[in-house]
Amino acid sequence: MILAHVRRIDADGRERREDVRIGDDRERVDGDGLVVLPGLIDLHAHLREPGYEESETVATGARAALRGGFTTVCAMANTLPAIDSPGLVAEIAARGREARAARVLSVAAITRGRNGRELADLIELARAGAVAFSDDGDPVEDARLFRSALEYAHAAGRPVLEHAQDRALSGRGVMHEGAVSADLGLPGIPAAAEESAVARDVAIAKLTGARLHLQHVSTAGSLELVRRAKAEGLQVTCEVAPHHLALTDAWVAGSRALAWEDGAPRGVAFDSATKVNPPLRTAADARALWAGIADGTVDAIATDHAPHASVRKDVDYADAAFGISGIETALSLVLMGVAAGMGDLGAVVRALTAGPARVLGTSLPDDLIVVDPSREWTVSAATLVSKGKNTPLLGRTLRGRVIAAIVDGETRYRDDAALGGRRSAEAAAR
Amino acid sequence: MTAWSRRHVLSTEDWTREEIERVLDQTEPMLEVLGRPIRRTPALRGRTVVLFFAEASTRTRMSFELAAKALSADTSIITASGSSIEKGETLLDTVRTLQALGAEILVMRSAASGAPYFVAERVTSAVINAGDGWHAHPTQGLLDAFTLRRALGDLAGKRIVIVGDVLHSRVARSDIHTLVPLGATVTLSGPPTLIPAAWRCGQLPPGVSHEEEVDRALDAADAVIALRLQRERQESGLLPSLREYALEWGITEERVARMRPGAPVLHPGPMNEGVEIDAAVAHGSRSLIEQQVTNGVAVRMALLLLLAGTPVAA
Repeated sequence: MILAHVRRIDADGRERREDVRIGDDRERVDGDGLVVLPGLIDLHAHLREPGYEESETVATGARAALRGGFTTVCAMANTLPAIDSPGLVAEIAARGREARAARVLSVAAITRGRNGRELADLIELARAGAVAFSDDGDPVEDARLFRSALEYAHAAGRPVLEHAQDRALSGRGVMHEGAVSADLGLPGIPAAAEESAVARDVAIAKLTGARLHLQHVSTAGSLELVRRAKAEGLQVTCEVAPHHLALTDAWVAGSRALAWEDGAPRGVAFDSATKVNPPLRTAADARALWAGIADGTVDAIATDHAPHASVRKDVDYADAAFGISGIETALSLVLMGVAAGMGDLGAVVRALTAGPARVLGTSLPDDLIVVDPSREWTVSAATLVSKGKNTPLLGRTLRGRVIAAIVDGETRYRDDAALGGRRSAEAAAR
Repeated sequence: MTAWSRRHVLSTEDWTREEIERVLDQTEPMLEVLGRPIRRTPALRGRTVVLFFAEASTRTRMSFELAAKALSADTSIITASGSSIEKGETLLDTVRTLQALGAEILVMRSAASGAPYFVAERVTSAVINAGDGWHAHPTQGLLDAFTLRRALGDLAGKRIVIVGDVLHSRVARSDIHTLVPLGATVTLSGPPTLIPAAWRCGQLPPGVSHEEEVDRALDAADAVIALRLQRERQESGLLPSLREYALEWGITEERVARMRPGAPVLHPGPMNEGVEIDAAVAHGSRSLIEQQVTNGVAVRMALLLLLAGTPVAA
């Protein structure tokens, strides 16, 4: 199928109109109203395999990624056992290839068994194909060990992806500390728990000159620290998560208004689907993250896709696991934010393609996705491909849907119902 | 009078003034029942009330039990120790079982903020929150409002001071969410580590103010509620010492004298005498602490009747 004269945006956010071919058949259809983007790259997803296959597997996660428009996905290492050996790195990549969905890249643990005490064999892991190192889920608390990790990763030519959190300050917190946590009587995680860790990490990046990538930056203050580090010329990059761009801590109290809305329908308070780490922050933080995308402080939008089996979420708020299943809703949320005037489409596309490629130090693969930005769909256990149905967006209608995805020249996803109804290009021309 | 429409009592935060007054008005005849030689009325005969207390509690549990028995309801009590909760049975399994066993009204106490919301979404029983974590204790809020209304009359324009560990207090939150809709204002005072930071920095709920110095907070106040201080707050580094707390925030006779003449003193119990409240105050003429206990049974009777949909006979 050839999409005639379709709107195409490249990885640098530039726009043009051209014909784009999907699959082998040569039927020309009208591309009007669709957008073709480079395949998206997700720097941050939990595919849960090995160890937590009831929540996700490499195969289901790779299919969910593709459905969400991500043709490349980085699998985090907090599995059981942790991805801390060359054999496991290779195995994850192999299972990814078998799935024939999104391309799966393996991130290896920084420390052995993610124990935070001794370095994993970083150079060997890089040789086995690890694209980056991360103990995500936990910060590397020992500053001296973190320094060694940055220096070794630098020698291995890979970035360290750090989960910045001061555990003494976050304590037993389960949501953002602020007016909403005060009202709900839930233990809070202050913004300072992230910001003080970001400040430490930036100082160590400066000391080592190594590449440091900060994961799921969620507060205005953290972003300001990254902005200053970049102005100093340090090799510091960062990512933000779609749920931090679109949802706020008011969701824990039952609000269902997106960060740019007011007065949307109300849900129930204490819904454990809103429990995520870093926690949903304030609307002011969300605005600061969007501003960071606009001025380039934010390098990547990464989903922190964290699927959980219902047994880990269908409990009271304090006992529930942290995490939102978000890889399939990410693009819709971001496009809705753009439509609401929070940001600009070109900048968002850069943060989903060229930005993450630069963080990894790789060139952009020749992947494509076709998006229908006006297509509405309802988030439900049935519409989500991921095994993780843990999203506070369940039941909500979102706008913007991927209707085809091409990886390595192969059409791996195509919604024929969405494409089939289009007029032929000749009819459109008449 | 409009029909009672709430299925659960989870928090009074979203209640109207009329709903709160409805409960307080229904509490008066209940108090009369409790004053009779035989403290029993058949209103809930044959109805099943289950008390599910996953966190230790003596007073609230006994109060609910007496309330249900005074209404002739069948009661069962499940506590954390000795139940299958200890064997790792999940909250959801337990409450579904209780419902299957015929619990029409489920009274639950939990250490986890929001647990009754989780349960109310998933069972057909009516759920009464008997205290969830730091979040809410709506029957305590209602009994405090009832006790204060009896002592002070209309609460509109009255200023009530709450002193102590507000951060960890479901009582403080429910007092705010009951007294403010009735027209009172609430002043909070306590150690800086035990007042939510957002509330110290001006992001206060409507009708609530914060005063660092307890003496200033008490000046010309209409009543004071002293909160219980858990000893583990000192162990976790939030307090230098209990002695210092008693000096700075303890309710003494001198401090009581700063309030309006006759202004009463309340405490949800159990008290640490000599820490948050002096014995002379706790047992003095201004103390309403014993009335709070009696009123608590009456308020819980009123709520059980409203939820069971049974008309109240005085």
